[in-house]
Amino acid sequence: MAHPTNPPGFLLANLDKVRHWAQTRSMFTVTFGLACCAIEMMATGAGHYDLARFGMEVFRASPRQADLMIVAGRVSQKMAPVLRQVYDQMPEPKWVISMGACASTGGMFNNYALVQGVDQIVPVDIYVPGCPPGPQSLMHGILTLHDKIMSGEIAH
Amino acid sequence: MAGDQIVEGSEEQAETPARTLPDQAILRSIAEQFTDIEWAPSTGQDVFMVPKDLVRDVVQAASEAGFEMLVDLTVTDYFRRRSSRFELVINLLSIQHELRLRLRAPVPVDDVRVPSVVPIYSGANFYEREAFDLFGLIFDGHPDLTRILMPDEWDGHPLRKDYGMSSVPVQFKGSHQVK
Amino acid sequence: MTDQRHRDKRNVDVWLTGTEDPDWLVESTDEGAQKMASQETTARLLEQEGLAVADDRLLDEDIAPDDELMIINMGPQHPSTHGVLRINIELEGEIIRRSKPIIGYLHTGMEKTGEELTWLQGPTNVTRMDYLAPLHNELVFSLAVEQLLGIDLPPRAVAIRVLMTELNRVSSHLVALATNGMDIGAISMMLYGFRDRERILAFFEKTTGLRMNHNYIRPGGVAADLPPDWQEDIEFILEKVPPRILEYEDLLKANPIWMGRTKDVGVITLEECLAYSVTGPTLRAAGSDWDLRKAFPYSGIENYHFEVPVGEHGDVYDRYRVRIEEIWQSLSIVKQAAESMPEGDYKTDDRKIAPPPRARIDESMEALIHHFKIYTEGFQVPEGEAYVAIESPRGELGAYLVSDGGSRPLRMHMRTPSFANLQALPVMMADSMIADTVATIASLDPVLGDVDR
Ligand code: SF4
Repeated sequence: MAHPTNPPGFLLANLDKVRHWAQTRSMFTVTFGLACCAIEMMATGAGHYDLARFGMEVFRASPRQADLMIVAGRVSQKMAPVLRQVYDQMPEPKWVISMGACASTGGMFNNYALVQGVDQIVPVDIYVPGCPPGPQSLMHGILTLHDKIMSGEIAH
Repeated sequence: MAGDQIVEGSEEQAETPARTLPDQAILRSIAEQFTDIEWAPSTGQDVFMVPKDLVRDVVQAASEAGFEMLVDLTVTDYFRRRSSRFELVINLLSIQHELRLRLRAPVPVDDVRVPSVVPIYSGANFYEREAFDLFGLIFDGHPDLTRILMPDEWDGHPLRKDYGMSSVPVQFKGSHQVK
Repeated sequence: MTDQRHRDKRNVDVWLTGTEDPDWLVESTDEGAQKMASQETTARLLEQEGLAVADDRLLDEDIAPDDELMIINMGPQHPSTHGVLRINIELEGEIIRRSKPIIGYLHTGMEKTGEELTWLQGPTNVTRMDYLAPLHNELVFSLAVEQLLGIDLPPRAVAIRVLMTELNRVSSHLVALATNGMDIGAISMMLYGFRDRERILAFFEKTTGLRMNHNYIRPGGVAADLPPDWQEDIEFILEKVPPRILEYEDLLKANPIWMGRTKDVGVITLEECLAYSVTGPTLRAAGSDWDLRKAFPYSGIENYHFEVPVGEHGDVYDRYRVRIEEIWQSLSIVKQAAESMPEGDYKTDDRKIAPPPRARIDESMEALIHHFKIYTEGFQVPEGEAYVAIESPRGELGAYLVSDGGSRPLRMHMRTPSFANLQALPVMMADSMIADTVATIASLDPVLGDVDR
């Protein structure tokens, strides 16, 4: 949805900050585990790396309850419409993290079956490199997203 | 059906004694039922070359001889390397005899119909659908021969050698809508 | 009527998500040929109802008329399908009548990519299939190439392979337990399983450089020797993991809730297992002691002492028991392998196949040439074909390779266990309650990368 540029002013500017802060503090992720990267995503959510520290341990099964989609793994041509549909069902504001080489560019599989980069079907905010990206990389990606939202760079 | 083959096979057996047969008694008993199959061991593994119309009969004979499981069914594409382009490969496993057997059946590109073995091994179902999906072989007698891995409306059979190697554009309709 | 509904839905979507024109949504995810038709052939119906092999219908009433049946769709984006599996389930009330797994949502075309990669690059590709047991994939591919080449490996390489793959089996079964627990509602099991897996992954990362998808086992040996203080790491694992497994057994083994949800759920008989090509823990839980490590030993695994755990009933509980017992057996193999690890080379000294050690490249022109040739053109494999299978955590994992004498495979096919095991899902689910679906799927432990490749 199009947003008007924020009018200058003390109250609204601060209100925006509060809004951004609120958006970053408890992002709900829609589970979109696809392949090997999904295992690392689950490992990130599990006890050892503990995504709960960033208020993100809840992986929602329903896209209607989520505001972040982590596309973790390779997106096949058959999965592409499904992915787009799930994305479209997420309420605004929403963000997408493309996790891993496959989701970002197709990775090592330059062939008929894969979508060569999930950015061909949904807009992506953060790309996390790696094959698979370790939990640390994913957390770095998430924190980068938080920073960007806080700074208003990719506000929705 | 299998019974006919057995009679026919053993009659002709007498005329062509020069055929090499496997040492293994169970494999030998299968080979003796058919004249047209050839024992062609490969890197120490037991392989039968089978004409494609006999596939079901040979599989039936093998299943009666104690091969309980069909572990694998796949296709190789010998594009421009052999006169009959495809080769159906069936791997059977006998748990009671601890034995493996591989059947290879050449399939020419202008006649890609092969008998389905689903009536004998239910487990062949997905494998035959996969072979249909990726290579375009048609299995006669399969209960539900539809695409399994690729989307239904996909063009072509991607694992054929003349299908392009590299990526294809995203095929679904909403893909241009990225904002 | 439908138009009105469509318009309403569209308005809601525009309002909620800001997607202007979601017109394509409905059509493009249509089921097409995969649709579960009400009028199917008898053979197909029998198969979908799991009666094709053995008639074990629990309820002997007739199936309700069509208008009392409901088809629901589960997946591909569903938290309990272990990835992107999709199942159409036909329900009569709460009871599943027939079901149809629909796969292919993770089809990666690896068999096609495999034809582009040299024999040495092959493991990079196959390791991404079964991503919970990557080392097994690499091992079976390497074994098949070695079968075609007809080479022998130094004893240390072989022992390292056994050590690593058995550790991998432990980590894979831990994830199976974790996801099984999570699906049934035992969330703590999920956290515990992943916690202990981390210990093993830490060792993998130290040895191979990556936590998953290692590309460590390659034709001709392994990519690198074990790290200098590997014995301590293995000791650490062997010291830390077993008490935890005991703890999980305490937690689950006699837990009435766990037993209530798993006993006599998702039953499959031995006969059906054989007919549907089911292998691995599922087959063993149904009462067969078939294990490729005993029947067709590979990598010298026959030199280690271990037992094959067998279940009786073929239900979810027995599969869980078999997996736990296999963890114990694998840990014992790891222990034996660590104790008897031979000294020596970790890859073959055939310079046509394995690259020379780094130090030699600086000194010798010939080593440099070999190194260059192996990494650009790759080595040639004699013409022929071979099928080699090993026991992966999910069952028989086979590699069928055809070589035309070149430096790339003419055909690379992997016989993946989850693909075959998944066919048996309708058999297990028929005539059970819808609430048991997730328990059944989880107990089969399918890895969708392994299914779709
Ligand atoms: S980027 Fe690597 S780890 Fe992630 S899905 Fe692709 S192959 Fe798997």
